[in-house]
Amino acid sequence: MFVLIVGSGRVGSAIAKQMLAEGHEVSVLDEDPEAIALLNRDQTETWEEIGGRFTVGTALEIDALLEAGIEQADAFVASTDGDNTNLVIAQIARRRFNVERVVVRVLDPYRAKWYAEQGLQTVCPTQTAIELLEAAVRGQIKFEGVAG
Amino acid sequence: MYVVIVGAGKVGWNLARELIQKNHEVTLVESDSQRYAVVEEELEHRVQYGDGTELWVLERAGIERADLVIAVTGDDEDNILISQVAREKYGVDRIVARCNNPRNLQHFELLGIKPAVSATDLILRLIEHEVPKYGLVHLLDLPQERLEIIELEVSQGAPGAGKKVRELGLPDGSLVISILRDGAGFVPAGESVVQAGDEVLVVLDVGLEARVTERFTGHSEAA
Repeated sequence: MFVLIVGSGRVGSAIAKQMLAEGHEVSVLDEDPEAIALLNRDQTETWEEIGGRFTVGTALEIDALLEAGIEQADAFVASTDGDNTNLVIAQIARRRFNVERVVVRVLDPYRAKWYAEQGLQTVCPTQTAIELLEAAVRGQIKFEGVAG
Repeated sequence: MYVVIVGAGKVGWNLARELIQKNHEVTLVESDSQRYAVVEEELEHRVQYGDGTELWVLERAGIERADLVIAVTGDDEDNILISQVAREKYGVDRIVARCNNPRNLQHFELLGIKPAVSATDLILRLIEHEVPKYGLVHLLDLPQERLEIIELEVSQGAPGAGKKVRELGLPDGSLVISILRDGAGFVPAGESVVQAGDEVLVVLDVGLEARVTERFTGHSEAA
């Protein structure tokens, strides 16, 4: 599977490394040339040496998406730090490039919910945290020592 | 009419002023607290502080009863999102969006957001109007209606120069709607004569541009 990840912060870079380790083809797009540092972190070889792709560019620029390989992508992850950017590029990936699997990170639970109702596969870390914290408060999650 | 404007920059603030002056009810939404404070001194309760891409902020601004939503922030993705939820979630009929970077116009189109207004594009058209390349200017494109209006300068020696409008040999689906000569314009009849140096406005079906251009310039090169 070819995975294109837009936004190489903590979330995007972690998914990228994991997907590459699982044997997938992975391409990462970020507007910040320094963002590759997160991909190289804790690795003995650089991201590109182990076969990862990295493109510098803005997600809304079609040329950047093309250079990062969106036409070959089987899966697309929108994980920039902007909810609105993620929601717009996810729709571009789906409607313009017909990427089969499109996943969008949206921090605002309300926007995440509404766009999910419109058929976008949104993942809302805030909502997940709310549910986990509620469960923890109710004592439904067992606390085991120091959390990482 | 009730109008919600998101983004109190120069465009949003001035639009709000004009619309209020025309007796419309207006709510302006601004996410920058300093800018909000400045605008609030003049517009008072008609400006609200908040991120206009948050649904609750839009709801507080009364988007559900808005007749018109204008998205004029400095971020195209924000303007796209505001327009999309305004139309699809809140059922607003009329939406105007600002496109800051003309290269993003394609995204507005892809997601069905229209009209998207690009200042860069408008100024480019004005420049084209002043400095026409190949003597042809696109004045208006109506892609939905599959029509366009173009302006052409009639060249010396062109097939149409010196001919009556009805003898121009224009293809079906095109019509001369105005002739501009010596600083004045008129709506021509079939007997009106087109002269070299005239500027003609032609309304035409999409795809006829090359054939129309050829009648007035002698070459079919489209701009």
